Amino acid sequence: MSRPPLEIAAYEANDGYQSVHKIAAGLSSNDVLETIKGSGLKGRGGAGFPTGLKWSFVPQGENSPQQKYLVVNADEMEPGTFKDRLLMEGDPHLLLEGMIIAAYTIGASKAYIFLRGEYTTSVRTLKNAIAEAYDKGYLGKNILNTGFDLDIILHTSAGRYICGEETALLNALEGKRANPRAKPPFPQVSGLWGKPTIVNNVETICNLPGILTYGIDWYKGLGQGADAGTKLFGVSGRVKNPGCWEMPLGVSIRELLEEKAGGMQDGLGLKAFLPGGGSTDFMLPEHLDIALDYDEIAKVGSRLATGTMIILDDQTCPVGMVGNLMKFFAHESCGFCTPCRDGLPWVDAIFREFEEGRGSEKDLQILREHVDYMGPGRTFCALAPGATAPLGSGLKYFEDDFKAHIKQKRCPYKH
Amino acid sequence: MSTQVIATTKNRARQLTEEEIAEIEHEKTLYPDNQAVGLEALKIVQKYQGWVSDESLMAIADYLDLSAADLEGVATFFNLVYRQPVGKNVILFCNSVSCWICRCDDIKDHISKKLDIDFGQTTEDNEFTFIPVPCLGDCDNAPVMMVGDDLHRNLTPEKVDEIITQYRNKSA
Repeated sequence: MSRPPLEIAAYEANDGYQSVHKIAAGLSSNDVLETIKGSGLKGRGGAGFPTGLKWSFVPQGENSPQQKYLVVNADEMEPGTFKDRLLMEGDPHLLLEGMIIAAYTIGASKAYIFLRGEYTTSVRTLKNAIAEAYDKGYLGKNILNTGFDLDIILHTSAGRYICGEETALLNALEGKRANPRAKPPFPQVSGLWGKPTIVNNVETICNLPGILTYGIDWYKGLGQGADAGTKLFGVSGRVKNPGCWEMPLGVSIRELLEEKAGGMQDGLGLKAFLPGGGSTDFMLPEHLDIALDYDEIAKVGSRLATGTMIILDDQTCPVGMVGNLMKFFAHESCGFCTPCRDGLPWVDAIFREFEEGRGSEKDLQILREHVDYMGPGRTFCALAPGATAPLGSGLKYFEDDFKAHIKQKRCPYKH
Repeated sequence: MSTQVIATTKNRARQLTEEEIAEIEHEKTLYPDNQAVGLEALKIVQKYQGWVSDESLMAIADYLDLSAADLEGVATFFNLVYRQPVGKNVILFCNSVSCWICRCDDIKDHISKKLDIDFGQTTEDNEFTFIPVPCLGDCDNAPVMMVGDDLHRNLTPEKVDEIITQYRNKSA
C-alpha cells in the first residue's frame, strides 16, 4: 500500500461502522443472515461457497452450545496470491467491521484472526485498528448497548500452507500440528475446541459492511455478470504493471490483463496463465475474453479461486513453472496421507530430472498417473488435488515443451 | 517409567526468563487451554533467544504441563519455529512461482555467492541465515524477500548488496 490505513475517525466519516449502528438500531441477527444470503456473496478464499448458507449451518437457539467462534482465515499463502495483505494493510477497520457483523450473526463472542506470521505490517495495522475499535466501543462488552459482546484476538501463525485448510487452521489455533480433520463434523457444528465455528477468508469478511450499509440491490448491481459484487483481482508475472485491483465480477480477463496490468512486458508474449493462484488449472490466450466469473471460468476447466492471476510468458519454461509449483506443494504437504506425502515429492523429483535433461517418456507417463493418484477423492484434503490442477493442465497444454526437454536432453528455455 | 521421563524433562529444562513468563501468562488469557499457549510460547521464547533449544522446549513443556514430545511435534511442524540456532538476521527468501517467473533464481545465486552460504546455512560471522519461504504474498513486487521483520521488494543484485550492507552496518 502506498498510503497508511485510515484511522478510525476517517473510516467512520466514510460510512465506516454504519452497519454496526444499524445493528444497534435493532437489526436482528436473523435479518443480517437473510441479507447476506440474499446478497449472493460467495466466499473469496478460493472455494466460492455461499457465505450466508455456510453461516446458516451454525446451530442456534437455547440448546445450542453457548460458546461459538468466528475465525478469520488471514493465512494468505497460496502461491501468487496477494489480495488479503492489501486489505489488512490498507483498510483494517473494514475487516473488523465485517467481523463484528459475522460474529453478531452467528452469535460468537470471541473471534480470532489467524494471520500469517510473515505479514508484519498487517500485524501492526491490525493491532492499531483493534485498539481503536475497543476505545470507540465497537469491540468489548455490550457493544453500542446491544448486549452483544465481542473480543477479537490476533493470532500470528508460525508458517505452514496447510493452515489455509480450515480444519488444519483450527488445529493450529489449538496449538496442535496443523493436520486437517475428518469432515463431518463440519466446523460450523464442531470446530474450534469442539464449538460451532465459522471460518471465513479476509476478503469475504470485507464484503459484509458494504452489503449491510448499502443493501442487497446495491451489492448485486456491482457485478457485471451472474455473480454479485466486486472482487480483488491480481496480476503477477512479467507484465508491465503488476498489481491488485477491485473490479466487478464479470469483467473480462482481457480487461484485467491488458488495461489494468498493462499487458506483457516488451518483447514477451502470453503463453498461459493460472487464473486464481497456484492450485488452479492453466488457461490459454484463447480464453482471454472469458468473464472473471466463478461459473464461466469453471466451464473451461479451471477455477476463479483467489482471483490472483499468475502470468506465464513465452520466454519462461512452462515445465519449470509447473516444477516450481510441485516443489512448493511437496514442501508444504502436511504428511498425513500417503498420496500427498509420497506422491508430491516423487512428482517434484521427476521435474528435477526434466530440468536437468534426464526426463523420459516413462517419467511423463508417471506424471500423468499422479494427476489421478493425487486427484479429488484420493486424499484427505484439497492440497494434493490442488497441486494436480496445474500439473494435469500443464501436461495437457505444454506437451510439446515436455517432449522438447526429453528430445534435447536439456531445458530448451535455458540459453 | 513415565515419572522418570518427566524427571529427565525437568533436569534438562532451562529457567524461563521473567519477560518470557510474563508474555506466556498474557497468552494464557487469550486461549482456553495450555496446549494452544504452547505454540505461542515457542514463538515467545524464539523472539528472546533467537531459536528454540531443547532446553527451552523442555522449559515450556514443564511450565505449561504439556508433553515435551507433543510440543516437539508442533515445533518441528511449523516453518518459522527454528529448532537450530540461526544468525542475527534471518533472510526469508521467496522462491514461489511469481518470484520464480521474475527470475528470483538469479537473485538467490547472487546472495549465495555474496554470503557464501546456501539455503539452510548461516554465515561464519553469524550475521545471516538463508532460508527459502513459501510465497510471501507480495507478488506484484517480485522478486521479494524478508530480512528479519522487514520486507524488501523488486530485488536486483545491486539492491541486495545495499540491503546486506545495511544490516551489516546495523550490527557493527
